Amino acid sequence: MNLFSPPPLTHAPHAHAPVSVGRVMLTVMVALVPATLFGFWLYGWPALFLWATACVSALLAEALALRLMGRPVRPALMDGSALLTAWLLALSLPPWAPWWIAALGSAFAVVVVKQVFGGLGQNVFNPAMAARVMLLISFPVELTTWIGPGAPLPGFADALAVTFGGAPLDAVASASVLGHVKTEFTRGVDLTHALAGHWSLADMAWGHRAGSLGETSAPFLLLGGLYLIARRIITWHAPAAMLLGVALPALIAHAVVPERFGDLAYHLLSGGLMLGAFFIVTDPVTSPNTGAGQFAFGLAVGLLTWLIRSFGGYPEGVAFAVMIMNAATPILDRYLKPRIYGRDRKGQSLRIDKEAAR
Amino acid sequence: MKLFGFRGGIHPEGRKQGSADRAIRALPLPERLFVPLQQHVGAPARPVVRVGETVRKGQLLAAGQGNISAPVHAPTSGRVTAIGDHTAPHPSGLPAPAITLEPDGEERWIEAEVPADPYSLSPEEIANRVGAAGIVGLGGATFPSAVKLNLSRKSGVHTLILNGGECEPYLTCDDRLMRERAGEIVAGIRLIRHAVGAKRAMVGIEDNKPEALAAMRQAAAGHEVEVVAVPAMYPMGWDKQMIQVLTGKEVPAEGRSAEIGVLVHNIATAWAVQQAIGLGRPLVSRIVTVSGGAVAEPCNVEAPIGATARDLFEFCGGFQGEPARLVLGGPMMGHEFSNLHVPMVKGSSGVLALTRAEIALTQAAPCIRCSTCVRACPVGLLPLEMAAHIRADDLGGAVDLGLRDCIGCGSCSYVCPAHIPLVHYFNHAKGELASQEKGKLRNEATRKLAEARTERMERIAREREEAARQRAAKKAAADAAKKAAEAAKSTQTSEVAA
Amino acid sequence: MIAALLSLTALGLALGFGLGFAARAFRVEGNALEEEIVAMLPGSQCGQCGFPGCAGAAAALVSGQAPVTLCPPGGRDLAVQLAAKLGVEADLSGMKANAPMTAEVREELCIGCTKCFKVCPTDAIMGAAKQVHNVFREACTACAKCVDACPTEATRLVPVPVTLQSWYWSKPVEVAA
Repeated sequence: MNLFSPPPLTHAPHAHAPVSVGRVMLTVMVALVPATLFGFWLYGWPALFLWATACVSALLAEALALRLMGRPVRPALMDGSALLTAWLLALSLPPWAPWWIAALGSAFAVVVVKQVFGGLGQNVFNPAMAARVMLLISFPVELTTWIGPGAPLPGFADALAVTFGGAPLDAVASASVLGHVKTEFTRGVDLTHALAGHWSLADMAWGHRAGSLGETSAPFLLLGGLYLIARRIITWHAPAAMLLGVALPALIAHAVVPERFGDLAYHLLSGGLMLGAFFIVTDPVTSPNTGAGQFAFGLAVGLLTWLIRSFGGYPEGVAFAVMIMNAATPILDRYLKPRIYGRDRKGQSLRIDKEAAR
Repeated sequence: MKLFGFRGGIHPEGRKQGSADRAIRALPLPERLFVPLQQHVGAPARPVVRVGETVRKGQLLAAGQGNISAPVHAPTSGRVTAIGDHTAPHPSGLPAPAITLEPDGEERWIEAEVPADPYSLSPEEIANRVGAAGIVGLGGATFPSAVKLNLSRKSGVHTLILNGGECEPYLTCDDRLMRERAGEIVAGIRLIRHAVGAKRAMVGIEDNKPEALAAMRQAAAGHEVEVVAVPAMYPMGWDKQMIQVLTGKEVPAEGRSAEIGVLVHNIATAWAVQQAIGLGRPLVSRIVTVSGGAVAEPCNVEAPIGATARDLFEFCGGFQGEPARLVLGGPMMGHEFSNLHVPMVKGSSGVLALTRAEIALTQAAPCIRCSTCVRACPVGLLPLEMAAHIRADDLGGAVDLGLRDCIGCGSCSYVCPAHIPLVHYFNHAKGELASQEKGKLRNEATRKLAEARTERMERIAREREEAARQRAAKKAAADAAKKAAEAAKSTQTSEVAA
Repeated sequence: MIAALLSLTALGLALGFGLGFAARAFRVEGNALEEEIVAMLPGSQCGQCGFPGCAGAAAALVSGQAPVTLCPPGGRDLAVQLAAKLGVEADLSGMKANAPMTAEVREELCIGCTKCFKVCPTDAIMGAAKQVHNVFREACTACAKCVDACPTEATRLVPVPVTLQSWYWSKPVEVAA
């Protein structure tokens, strides 16, 4: 052995926790399974087709983008990030939307929102939410054609026609609760009357309602979220703060003007709030680093969601609120840093009270 | 006793069973010992023996030089066969000066004068003897203990904390030492307490070492030494974490623990102090954990300083299968080595031969900003942000984020799901910054030299000119004198003629 | 119309005052930059850059007449630092990577002519007539003057050897993203 030209050695640590990026993604997908299966059951084959289309096109788009950039394709595909993005996007789409909506959205999320910014970990905006916003603005009709839970579910062949054949949906189309209320407001109907016949607390709670593929079932989403917290993939900060950010103004406003503002359950159980709280604002890439930062982030997303729902032009505001706060994440990261050991918040070394030290 | 909380930290798999259950065994004398001259923080020791000289066990081989240094003693009796470079226990694997000793197998100790009652010694005298015995922090920091004792005595320390938080996976040398030599450790603790004049002495031991806790409690009974179980987590052995958990006090970032009235020593250091004061024996051996999946019989070995990794591995039954990585120290902060002739030094807590499965080697992936590292960092840093700055060669940005407060514990790297070598980035940046700093100082020094030279050259030129002028003046004066003389002569002559 | 005029006037006044205030409050004296750059240069006045001494080189750098890569003893590190200081892009293609150099005298070739230590700007070469000369590494700036002066090609530049004290971890190999 040559004493004078030592080989390059590996830096410590020489042990590692049994974790990997792929495993993190996989755990999140496992947490999504209950809500997704519920969506399939509620909305039938078209929902499954839509979900599959989103996943496949995300993988294809990712592979193509990496190929074009001359980067290794396999490791990036295997880490599951593209699949998870597509999955989350699919869950936020109307379940009977045509296939090209899912394909376009996935490709946009993966290529424009993620790879163009530098790939995994570099994107500023949450890919699923950015894609959803893009679709909503570009294709408002397809993105607001909901299916009521009472609609007769098509068989396998008819379902193919719904997703891939462009079969008209007018006969079964229904409005989401948020959308219905917004429309009624424009006609001058107040909340109490608008909700009559459109609102059943039990149905809303279980997710038996018109809405996106995987956003409706609060209990199953909550279950998935708690699983992620238990597995230490996410922390409680952002979800709790987001729910709080919606709940606080909802409680206050409803108490003051009940015929104009929805109550707590109306806000917490409708739209994409539960999915957003546990699976979107907890996206590590586009949210702050510290617990305090995540709490502030979640709180602001919640408040913005309530504001957009209550005063904005669109009935639902989760995706917009998330994107606005994604843009503010670097600022939150800059100001909400942990205190360094032995220093005060400003970074100065702690001072010792000589007498107290005795 | 009430314990205080601490943020961050991780719970790595302990993997201590293999070596913790076997009693400490003494290493038979190897053929040769390679005793490095620098085994401590500070200036290297200066050899005081010559090649060919016969020495006794415990005899001074090299004396400390400067304020912060420590002497080195003969680990056994024998003959000095060489003084020269030998591979150093250092991540670079570069050679460093060492004294090679060939044991004669007789283990003849030096004659030592031992006080009848060690507690009658003055605190200064204890510190002096600790310094003369070459004792350094055995927890791995290897800071000369006498310097620490003197500083603490001067600044008035009220609490002495003994660190039994052996938090690195695999390592059990402190655990075994506490189980087997608790009495001697407690005696050492009392000596240190006497030397610094502390009122209170506490031993913090992780609660995953119940046998050590029991043994220490039994030995400490009646000596006013509190033995406290602290939660097992990494890095509990970081002295500042131990202080925080036991006292709730935080050491200022730019200060030392003595400023808040606390002194921390490792329990093995206390044992070494007892050996030095009570028996007059300098620090010439230590307990080293030999472990890892590729070691046939993991156990703790009492090895003379200068024994090589090969000696230890062979004593423990050699390798079973090809080790994927050899590590000096623990797996979290120790460093890899490739040369089996690397010697054990005062700070060597373990030698590990790890298998591929144990090191869990994988390819690094992009950071997903999951901030698991932020939650793991015991200091409160943002490892992901610091690494991103260093990756982009923005060292200043990393410093602003607190790079200099990083203790290099490796918690962030351990938990990173993307397997990013975070702590490697930090140690690279710290080295790069130190090198830049050195370069700047050097630059300044050479500039001064250049200025001095320019000045000297100018002075010489000036002096030369001056000399030339003087010469010219002298010559002119001489000429004038000559002329005058000649003139005078001629007048004289004429006068004579006249 | 009036409102627009007034608001634009007010805006102009406010901004003008702001600029004026900033110009006074953050005023920087004279050629501070040049002095800072002199402090960054090796200061051995070796003249390899073609300017009269390091001060001359600094003046040329500040006025943009010289590229940041002008200083061979400073090497790539200095070029990077200068580029950052001056806010320019450094073309490092011609510069060797961070390999600090030092002069070395080959004993077997040295005839003890004293020429090298007479030209050394930092007195880094020790020796006397008819004696083998030696380089004091700490003071050597690798300006190569001695190399040019040596009649027997006994002096040359070699990379500074890595020691236990100067070694540190190299940057981790880039992650393939």
